[in-house]
Amino acid sequence: MNVHLMHPARDVDLTSELPPEAEDLAQDLDIEAIVDAMSQGDPHLRSMAERALLTGLTDVAAIRYRQDVLRDCLAQPEAIRRLYALATDVTVGHRRIHGLFFFARSPESVLARSLDLLEFFSERLRELRRLTSDFAPQVRSQGLGQLCATARTELDDAYFATVAAELRELRFANGIHLSAGLGPGCKPDAWVLHRWPAGRRGRWRPRILGTGRDVYAFEIPERDESGLQALADLRGRSVSSVANVLAQSADHILGFFACLRSELGFYVGCLNLHDALVRAGAAPVMPEPCAGGGRLCAKDLRDAALTLRTGGEVVPNDLAADGTELVMITGANQGGKSTFLRGVGLAFVMLRAGMFVAAASFAADVPQGVFTHFKRQEDANLESGKFEEELARLSAIVDRVRPGSVILCNESLAATSEREGSEIARQVVRGLGEAGVRVLFVTHLFDLADSLYRDGGRTGKALFLRADRGEDGRRTFRLREGAPQPTSHGEDLYRSIFGADA
Amino acid sequence: MDVPFRSVLWPSSGPAAQASEREAQEVLADLGLAGVFAELTAEGCVEAALRQPLADIGEISYRQAVFADLEAPHLAAAVAAFREAMDQVRRQREQSGRLRHADQAARWLLTAADSYRTAVRALHSALADAAPASQGLQELMRYLGEYLASPAFLTFEAEAEAVRAQLAAVRFTVELRGTRVTVRRAEDVTDLSGEIADIFGRFRQAAAHDDTVRFADYPELNRVEEGIVDRVALLHPKAFAALRAFSRSHQAFPDETIARFDREVAFYLMYLGLCDEIRTAGQGFCRPTLSEDGHDITVSGTFDLALAAKLSRAGGEIVPNDLTLADAERIIVVTGPNQGGKTTFARTFGQLHYLARLGCPVPGKRARLRLCDRVYTHFERAEQAADLQGKLQDELLRLRTILAQATDRSVVVMNESFASTTLRDALFLGREVMARLRERGLLCVYVTFIDELAAGDGVVSMVSQVAPDDPTRRTFRVVRGPANGLAYAMTLAERHGVTLDALRRRLAP
Repeated sequence: MNVHLMHPARDVDLTSELPPEAEDLAQDLDIEAIVDAMSQGDPHLRSMAERALLTGLTDVAAIRYRQDVLRDCLAQPEAIRRLYALATDVTVGHRRIHGLFFFARSPESVLARSLDLLEFFSERLRELRRLTSDFAPQVRSQGLGQLCATARTELDDAYFATVAAELRELRFANGIHLSAGLGPGCKPDAWVLHRWPAGRRGRWRPRILGTGRDVYAFEIPERDESGLQALADLRGRSVSSVANVLAQSADHILGFFACLRSELGFYVGCLNLHDALVRAGAAPVMPEPCAGGGRLCAKDLRDAALTLRTGGEVVPNDLAADGTELVMITGANQGGKSTFLRGVGLAFVMLRAGMFVAAASFAADVPQGVFTHFKRQEDANLESGKFEEELARLSAIVDRVRPGSVILCNESLAATSEREGSEIARQVVRGLGEAGVRVLFVTHLFDLADSLYRDGGRTGKALFLRADRGEDGRRTFRLREGAPQPTSHGEDLYRSIFGADA
Repeated sequence: MDVPFRSVLWPSSGPAAQASEREAQEVLADLGLAGVFAELTAEGCVEAALRQPLADIGEISYRQAVFADLEAPHLAAAVAAFREAMDQVRRQREQSGRLRHADQAARWLLTAADSYRTAVRALHSALADAAPASQGLQELMRYLGEYLASPAFLTFEAEAEAVRAQLAAVRFTVELRGTRVTVRRAEDVTDLSGEIADIFGRFRQAAAHDDTVRFADYPELNRVEEGIVDRVALLHPKAFAALRAFSRSHQAFPDETIARFDREVAFYLMYLGLCDEIRTAGQGFCRPTLSEDGHDITVSGTFDLALAAKLSRAGGEIVPNDLTLADAERIIVVTGPNQGGKTTFARTFGQLHYLARLGCPVPGKRARLRLCDRVYTHFERAEQAADLQGKLQDELLRLRTILAQATDRSVVVMNESFASTTLRDALFLGREVMARLRERGLLCVYVTFIDELAAGDGVVSMVSQVAPDDPTRRTFRVVRGPANGLAYAMTLAERHGVTLDALRRRLAP
């Protein structure tokens, strides 16, 4: 019995470490805002949202699989929320009823409790079958379709009847019947559990044959505590294997419900986020995941995090970067460059999570990894200089990138002289480009941007965007295609802060 | 004339009684050998041998010959299997000694006896097949042959086999009912656990973790087991009588000389195991030719053993280097870019001379070395003296000790000495020290960031190389040539591996 709502052929993995780049990614793109909207204060929804966003998918088919399930969820939100409530009830509820189960280590008690637990679960499994058969006719996705089919075929009443009969057998009303040989050091070894021989009673009379007796017996005295303990151990050892089978079965069913709760938790989070974006006036769209072709194209793309934080006042931008391997963004301070970069980054992250994005349309090659290299305000490590810290962070990213990864650089390598920073950045951009890594780079370094512009003009593999000012000198927060210009607009910023007479 | 076999490590003497060189630990740490040895060593006698280089060229040859025999994979594998079996014998005998129940103790002794006789026979036949050429292993083989043919050993072997076979045939059933335990000779019965497992298979897929209750499995019999075994002994009286008789008459094994060989041969196996881990098409090990008087040195394709051990696990490949010193040449000054292999080269030089004195194969294709009396190292100590003044003072004190002890037959490895002071001071100190080292006539490798030191009289200048067409690419080769500075600008980027060439290398498909 499997859930498989988030991946075509496996359950969601809740134990793996998040990738090393996740921390920077979450911080640089303000993923917290998305997670808040998805979880609505529920810690379980929060952990599922974080995991899905920070461990993205890299495969188009896997993304479409999740998108299809999400479409079903958006079509029947109430049914999905009811199913989630059932899974939560079982996962949380079994602890209330069988709280000590996992501490009861004696096999005989494990055996007894497993029966109770299996009875508790069988009622909930019937409820699951009822809920899924209600909405099965409307289901279009492979993922939810499989879940409905599993409930229909595996959870029939006849099977539960067989299980109950065998459990009665395992009460060992007559006694326990075993065989063994002599193992290392003459210890009885290779124990095998048998059904009680038909017709044998507990009493017998020893027969004396020519070769000596063929049966002996002894009693453990009632006061011999260590002897009684040894006897209990042997009984436990004898039923251990069957107790294990039953406990594993109970575990599996519990695991099934826990997994159902986790995976549905992701989709319930998506339902919450969808509502929040619609309320903020930024109705999302399901993006188009592509493979190969170098696609990157968006209409009315917004920074979803900023949209949620501000309640909607974010200027949308278009991006037409199909076939490019480099997007350089230059121009006015506070002209929307970083917001734009974050918006694209979040769109990549949400695309990889199998979610919708805050745009009118978005199509892109699925990044094999998303990395951020943003300017840091403070140097956490006093031993190394700021520039060296940047290089170390960059090197850690290089350890992780693969062809098809995306790197978002925000004022990278600016913590040294423009000449040195530009030279190293040029080499970095070129090295990454050669390796098939897509780079989006916001920079002040004119030397860098200008040289790449002249180079990119030849190859056509680079797109140059500039944060522009309108006629009146005010920022529009819209980016347009354009060559880098030699000065940044620090003067503007200075004037706006110190007033026109400065 | 025919001296009986005693030791595979110490043909004539034995480890010196007094603790070996006190500084050895520091030198081995600087050369990177301490970590390598720590991973090799489990046996105390091996540890002693690794820390006590030989002075006699005859003893070195004795070990070199044993190494040569054990380089044959069949023989090495057979000796390794022998060691594993002897370890098992030891554990089984210890187990026997700990047990209170006489039949149990006897049964563990029988198990140990089985392991032992099998192990000694297997070792002897492996040696006979391999026909070793070394004096050490030939004498061992002769010793084992006589031991195995002795009447005492043959009786021991026959009785062990007879008792083992009788006990293996015993099987019985047990019924548990309340506090009553019933023991019978075996009857035909079916396995219930398997049937239950089939029925519940549906719920036990890959995701289910094993919830098996673990029972503490003590070797001792508990009350119930003791009751059962005593009844089984009544059901099978002949088998148990034979077991008790065996235990009374056979206590004296293993043989002391064989046990010593087992411990000492670990020296060879562990070192050869390390060689195997490191050996690739481009890098191997060779038996060095040692001379006591000549000064010329020729080594080809050598490398840092410690780095190679690390890289072989991490999957990297090491760059081998060549080295030739003519008779009059004594001091090598190594300069060049950071991370270019300077320190590695210096370590390699020290390792070669140390390992050769252990009788071990050394990293390289061919090696002709001088038998030195001692290796000294002078490396920066990061952990001591926080202030620069104290650090420099500490360095100079250590240097004075080295110069007081070293002879013209010593090897000194100096690594980035005086890096903690100003360029001007470092240059002055470097020249002074260089003069003293030259005066002493010893062999020295001197790694420094000061190019001027490489231009001194009577000094061989070697430089860690960058690729000729691209000054940002390190080759990790160190070759003869005049010192040449490299701009600092890209050094940081290079150190972090984010220059174009580093990226091309790191991101290569």
